[in-house]
Amino acid sequence: MSTYILSGSPHVHDTQDVKKIMWGVVYALIPAFLVSVYFFGIPALMLSLLAVASCLLFEFLIQKYLFKSSELTITDGSAVITGLLLAFNVPSSLPWWQIVVGSLVAIGAAKMTFGGLGKNPFNPALVGRVFLLISFPVDMTTWPKVSPLNTSLTDVITGPTSLGIIKEGLMKGESIGKLMQNVPTYTDMFVGNIGGSLGEISAIAILIGGIYMLVRKIITWHIPVSYILSVFVFTGILWLINPEKYADPVFHLLAGGLMLGAVFMATDMVTSPVNHKAQLIFGVGCGVLTVLIRVWGAYPEGVSFAILIMNAATPLLNNMVKPKRFGGA
Amino acid sequence: MNGLKTFPLGGVHPDDCKFTSQKSIVSIPIPERVYIPVSQSLGAPSVPIVNKGDKVKTGQLIAKGEAFISSNIHSSVTGEVEKIEDWIDTSGYKRKTIIIKTEPDVWEEGIDLSSEIKREITLSKEEIIQRIKDKGIVGLGGATFPTHVKVSIPQGKKAEYLIINGVECEPYLTSDHRLMLEKGEEILIGTQILMKAIDVDQAIIGIEANKPDAIEHLSKLAEKYKGIKVQGLKLKYPQGAEKQLIKALVNREVPSGKLPIEVGCVVQNVGTAFAVYEAVQKNKPLINRVVTLSGNNIEGGNFMVRIGTPIQKLIDFCGAKLENIDKIINGGPMMGKALVSTEVPVTKGTSGILLFSAEVSSRMKVYNCVRCGKCVSACPMGLEPIVLEKAAEVGNWDLAEKYHVLDCIECGSCHYTCPAGRPLLDMIRLGKNKVNQIIRSRVK
Repeated sequence: MSTYILSGSPHVHDTQDVKKIMWGVVYALIPAFLVSVYFFGIPALMLSLLAVASCLLFEFLIQKYLFKSSELTITDGSAVITGLLLAFNVPSSLPWWQIVVGSLVAIGAAKMTFGGLGKNPFNPALVGRVFLLISFPVDMTTWPKVSPLNTSLTDVITGPTSLGIIKEGLMKGESIGKLMQNVPTYTDMFVGNIGGSLGEISAIAILIGGIYMLVRKIITWHIPVSYILSVFVFTGILWLINPEKYADPVFHLLAGGLMLGAVFMATDMVTSPVNHKAQLIFGVGCGVLTVLIRVWGAYPEGVSFAILIMNAATPLLNNMVKPKRFGGA
Repeated sequence: MNGLKTFPLGGVHPDDCKFTSQKSIVSIPIPERVYIPVSQSLGAPSVPIVNKGDKVKTGQLIAKGEAFISSNIHSSVTGEVEKIEDWIDTSGYKRKTIIIKTEPDVWEEGIDLSSEIKREITLSKEEIIQRIKDKGIVGLGGATFPTHVKVSIPQGKKAEYLIINGVECEPYLTSDHRLMLEKGEEILIGTQILMKAIDVDQAIIGIEANKPDAIEHLSKLAEKYKGIKVQGLKLKYPQGAEKQLIKALVNREVPSGKLPIEVGCVVQNVGTAFAVYEAVQKNKPLINRVVTLSGNNIEGGNFMVRIGTPIQKLIDFCGAKLENIDKIINGGPMMGKALVSTEVPVTKGTSGILLFSAEVSSRMKVYNCVRCGKCVSACPMGLEPIVLEKAAEVGNWDLAEKYHVLDCIECGSCHYTCPAGRPLLDMIRLGKNKVNQIIRSRVK
């Protein structure tokens, strides 16, 4: 009698798997990556490659020599995402060794400490980014000005970001109307012709990546839409109350890392809630915290902190907010 | 097609792979021996009333369903009872089986074998239910719940709708589809009989949109039958699950832990409606059924098979080769059972036999759970498989119960969709089993 495979149902499986999803995210990051290389030149390219290489190396070393595991997960694409996103969240002028340190924190402390893929409570790239921001505040807030197709190896000219201009100006008591003359046009902000972190500058490139992920069913609309919409509504209310003190909502959508955060960071499946209802609350939480930090906090930008705080709230949301149950009371 | 309905919560879209939908039903020859297990329906096994050496006719009662939930079993062939011994069945275990060496067909008295359609229903409600019980009719969709129990409405309850399940949402299977095309009139008469049995004046036949020919055919026929409506349904698995089908068709939600009658519905499969027609109008017991043989790399077809025929005979008749076959499934690929051998006989619950090579049916590489939540979105019962799996893994049965593990209908949508390839349903079944044991021990 021949032997047949015995296993419980179901016997067929969807074609999507973790590896395809992770590499799908990597593909979705390509437009934003190309824009950053276009505007920031060779340093952006080098920094991104270095971040990816260090993330892969650290994951490999930790798995092989600390876990002593025979299975290697560096091909699953998740470390590539962490590396790219970390690079996307720093200025292109960051010293090379700092991105290596950031990668070690992201992969070592934020991911592998908890057991690797799927186990980490916080978004690794954001942990790495915040670590760098706190440790090297000057390097992390020195923004090179964009110079399209710059082939030199270093950026020299620096300038503040739009959010920085607003924050400092308001602290000096200037009015929004006057300060807005100093920030780039919305078209430039939409395309990416502005200073800032590597991957956050171009809203359009990020949205293209986001749409690709939606089509491939890697993410759902719940988190990005609720995040972006709540920022829009919250800043809109403030702006209606006092347009001389608060920047308008469109500015808030295009400035800083909101798009990158809402599309690529907050949607990280590992660190966001599992059901759609909780995801909506998560998105709104991210939005509200981002605005609170931007408007009243010490930092001009609040996306990283907002997402990390909501990452911490994710287990709570998973426990408290339940999906609608069929035939439930 | 306009006005297609569906259920709102969860569900997945596996490729439907209905390769055999255009193949007419063909009767396969009677084998030299049939193996008729005495346990072919949900509930208690039937009790054999024949002995070794007895001569039996086709359609003769050979095992009686004595418990409340149990069913009669009839000989599907004429011949001599060779032995009654344990034989492997679809469960993978050896169970008591009546083995009959066949001779040329001689039918039991009183069975109408003509192909003429008998439309007039002369039996009373009680006589219909008794006839359904006598003739061993069980749910032919796969769950094999004894039909006479299902149509006996409990005291204090009232049925409003009869729902006829022609959804056939399992990929590959086409036996119901073919039956609707070839025995449409009989199915409608069977539906009328069932309406009389449960005392309702409305019946809805739900059919998924991938069977437009069946929707059209039955809709046309149904014009002549008062109270019977055909409703097209959007393609979505598991639409053929009782609770999901009721939700899709009449927008009522069966409460957790309750039966469809709670919301005034009784659901029967189209195959069952046909069997009811044969039992009531033709006096014919349930001794054969339509079985789809399909899979990857085989041509397959739809076959009328006598109960007890070893599936090897079906495979031989179809000319399928087993060389590259690594997995054999009784039923559909989403909920069917993997078989240990081709000696297993076709039983009342066998809607299809699928032959798969390893590339289609092996489990994928298992990754850590990435908490993507796809299992939660896919669950048609609104459960959280991600939590239920964990609960079973660590043996936290209280947590499993609290998260309503018993609501799980084992449709497999979570497991199907999990990108980390985690054995979600395996663990949930374990959870259900343990929680059921615990609940039973509490009652004692």
